[in-house]
Amino acid sequence: MKNSRLVVVGNGMVGQRFVDALRARDSEGRWRVTVLGEESRPAYDRVRLSALFDGVDADELNLHTPDPQVRLRLNTSVTAIDRARRVVTTTDAEYPYDALVLATGSDPFVPPIDGADLPGVFTYRTLDDLAAIRAHARGRRRGAVIGGGLLGLEAANALRLLGLATSVVEVAPRLMPLQVDTAGGALLRRYVEELGVACHLGVATTALHPGSDGTVAQLELADGSRMDADLVVVATGIRPRDELARAAGLPLGSQGGVLVDHTCRSADERIWAVGECAAVDDTCHGLVGPGYAMAETVADRLVGGAATVSEPDTATKLKLLGVDVASFGDAHGTTPGCLDVTFSDPATRVYAKLVLSDDAQTLLGGVLVGDADAYPTLRASVGQALPAAPLALLAPAGAGSGAAALPSSAQVCSCNAVTRADLDAAIADGATDVPALKACTRAGTSCGSCVPMLQQLLDAAGVGQSRGLCEHFDVSRQELFDLIRVREIRTFSSLIAEYGRGDGCDICKPVVASILASLGTGHLLDGERASLQDTNDHFLANLQRDGSYSVVPRIPGGEITPEKLIVLGEVARDFALYTKITGGQRIDLFGARVEQLPQIWRRLVDAGFESGHAYGKALRTVKSCVGSTWCRYGVQDSVGLAIALELRYRGLRAPHKMKSAVSGCARECAEARSKDFGIIATDAGWNLYVGGNGGFQPRHADLFATDLTTEALVRLVDRFLMYYIRTADRLQRTAAWIEAMDGGLEHLKAVIVDDSLGLCADLDAAMARHVGAYSDEWRDVLDDPALLGRFTSFVNAPEVPDPSIRFTAERGQRVPAGVGGTENRQPVGLGMPEVQR
Amino acid sequence: MTAQPQEWTVVCPLTRLDPGRGVAALVDGVQIALFRTANDLFAIDNQDPVTEAYVLSRGIVGSRDGVPTVASPLHKQAYDLRTGDCLDRPGVAVRRHEVRCQDGLVEVRLRKEE
Ligand SMILES: Cc1cc2nc3c(=O)[nH]c(=O)nc-3n(C[C@H](O)[C@H](O)[C@H](O)COP(=O)(O)OP(=O)(O)OC[C@H]3O[C@@H](n4cnc5c(N)ncnc54)[C@H](O)[C@@H]3O)c2cc1C
Ligand code: SF4
Repeated sequence: MKNSRLVVVGNGMVGQRFVDALRARDSEGRWRVTVLGEESRPAYDRVRLSALFDGVDADELNLHTPDPQVRLRLNTSVTAIDRARRVVTTTDAEYPYDALVLATGSDPFVPPIDGADLPGVFTYRTLDDLAAIRAHARGRRRGAVIGGGLLGLEAANALRLLGLATSVVEVAPRLMPLQVDTAGGALLRRYVEELGVACHLGVATTALHPGSDGTVAQLELADGSRMDADLVVVATGIRPRDELARAAGLPLGSQGGVLVDHTCRSADERIWAVGECAAVDDTCHGLVGPGYAMAETVADRLVGGAATVSEPDTATKLKLLGVDVASFGDAHGTTPGCLDVTFSDPATRVYAKLVLSDDAQTLLGGVLVGDADAYPTLRASVGQALPAAPLALLAPAGAGSGAAALPSSAQVCSCNAVTRADLDAAIADGATDVPALKACTRAGTSCGSCVPMLQQLLDAAGVGQSRGLCEHFDVSRQELFDLIRVREIRTFSSLIAEYGRGDGCDICKPVVASILASLGTGHLLDGERASLQDTNDHFLANLQRDGSYSVVPRIPGGEITPEKLIVLGEVARDFALYTKITGGQRIDLFGARVEQLPQIWRRLVDAGFESGHAYGKALRTVKSCVGSTWCRYGVQDSVGLAIALELRYRGLRAPHKMKSAVSGCARECAEARSKDFGIIATDAGWNLYVGGNGGFQPRHADLFATDLTTEALVRLVDRFLMYYIRTADRLQRTAAWIEAMDGGLEHLKAVIVDDSLGLCADLDAAMARHVGAYSDEWRDVLDDPALLGRFTSFVNAPEVPDPSIRFTAERGQRVPAGVGGTENRQPVGLGMPEVQR
Repeated sequence: MTAQPQEWTVVCPLTRLDPGRGVAALVDGVQIALFRTANDLFAIDNQDPVTEAYVLSRGIVGSRDGVPTVASPLHKQAYDLRTGDCLDRPGVAVRRHEVRCQDGLVEVRLRKEE
């Protein structure tokens, strides 16, 4: 087939790409190429057309480089294909072909509206269209765009830039109906309207009316209203230009377009179609990406290759009017059984939705409005396992860099209204550590949840950090742990005498107390150790704002017998405790005074309850859904596993609190992925997720291992927890621990799955010791009169209850009155905006 | 300054106090936080001036740059046990009281105003 003749109809974006691709492959010069194009210019970048209104010159959009091997005829319309003779005809010539490639693109579709042909009404497709719009806009004041899709919004922006007061009329109830969903559309509308573009949604345009000069002057809408506009752009869609193929008797797609197979070949083996005019799999694509894929495929085929077009990428991202909008994959969630995860922040005005497969493992598509930073990663991940937890991908702050990614206006400490800018200024003024930042900005001095972010900001600023725990120890928590473990140090005084200085403080004392407890070396309140505990661990209860404590007995897995529930009710009633059900599936009893704690626990222990460690940096709960026992979807016994895990790890002291949950199937009703370690049942066993977090910096846990047997799962969790306990920093949750780890999740896998550090036997043994040595802290206290003696209100008046703890009634229960009580509280505001799904 | 001299009140035997820990005491209707460090006794108001809750006796005792301190158990501000000054919030302080050990008994004398 030496020197065969190839004719290309259309010199648009895809036609040009096809020629370039073929020329790059056809090193032997097998094909003599003729390109016939109707427009007056060689191919240009249509996608960037609107840049013309941003001051870009038309020449800058050029895509064509002259090639001596390629004959280009401009201003040349092909009028017919004669398949029998293998020639295409133009008004004045015939071009014989051995292969014919149709790259004729689309025509704007103009609906049959009265007056659509008036002067002043334009389409928005070519350089000539834009030139005409620009010319007509001179001296005009009001523009209207019919169509609120991608193209319509681009056109609206163009009219704005031309100085026209602009409106968009869209028949669908939202903007960009093909790309975004209802909630995303609502947010998009707010952005667009703020830019001064009026939106008329859910209403059709029925007619265009001329003014006295014969050019367009008014739109008439289906609701009977009229709107002034002396320039109108119609952007209601496109139609593939298949008229040549149709006349030549080639089969077309059901929605038009030249019907082609996966190699882009039509029913006639010598005729191919690429770009917007081609219907692959009976679908036309109005985007350049799929067109380019087709161009490459045909180029490959014509030099003897075997390429086929892959599933087209219909992802779109537009940076329009300063608004980020992106949509990709199955954005509307049409896949049967698919699930979606949405994230919506009215404050930063970001909306995001991810569509996941029914087992929540595979990303199918999504919509982003307001912030499309995650778009490249997400688009790249369609059809694959999620690259990270969905919320970590979507939430702007969770994008990995934490506080360092926050804008300077962001409030880091919401208790004291300290912004990132305030903190950056303090760092610039010489604050080099967290205490200094706290002292000069007051950030982190109230609830303390922003303290890790302070550290991140210091790190981001590259401020020199000592790894030392506090002024008393120059070593990190991890080093302290190893010292205590290896040297078998058992008291704080000997530790600080040997490895520290001073008397210790509220930072190092609880750390050492926790390490000693993790190593299973006796009761929390034994001897000197009692003085190390913070007040929660000291009274084995949670200090509340008014100086009273709350009591949380363990309810493993959230499963409780009616009898035990009755006991809880009776105890709460008898001590008049405020009662609330917690997010961890247990019951919190508030308002106990110190001296009441042993009496309350006496009753609870007698009824078979034990400490829930809600006061400790320890395992809190293992939440569960009902799983296969009751739920018609459940595939494993999630309750049984949750109870087993909770009993195994109860009382285990750690650098921070730890939470867990078990879901009985992929529907994930127990929210396991928001936990430090979460387990989701599969048909074959259990999937383990690690490093999730709720609270202030939410993060979904990462998938760590799949389809585990119960035994294998427990072994991995054992090692995960023990490794965390040994190596994490003080008050570092598992999420931050993994994020900060060199090598991250992969390193963690290497250590606890592949035993790369040779630690596993040691970790397993440590956990075995913990499980064997467990005893209920509250029962131990009740059995020991010396320990009981600590639970007094006043050392010199143990019979006098603390008079500052006073109550008032709210919704039928006792709540604090007076100090730190209700009268200091602000009324609850109910003004949160709501985003509909 | 001190309005009128108060009486010394016996609060408890010294052995009832653990080094490095505090207890609450009720002296003349006033809630006192009493601390024992390695070589000293301190008494301050039990009320945390930041949160107004009566909790300082339950804070962790320690030192900062050699100064003996207690940290509020609610929001962790540290107080100089010798002067009552808050080390994390300029201008905030708690009232101190006099404390001594006589014949193995801990005694407190209130200060009314400072
Ligand atoms: C304003 C605007 C913004 C866009 N933004 C994006 C975007 O952000 N992302 C994206 O992916 N896509 C975008 N698109 C769509 C993208 O431009 C098209 O998908 C792409 O140009 C299709 O290439 P094509 O070669 O198939 O068609 P075209 O580029 O339209 O080229 C077809 C060419 O064939 C010529 N032709 C047709 N019939 C004949 C004939 N009988 N004889 C001779 N010549 C003929 C036409 O005149 C035309 O020059 C945008 C389009 C517009 C108008
Ligand atoms: S996660 Fe599955 S098994 Fe558990 S309650 Fe939900 S649907 Fe049922």
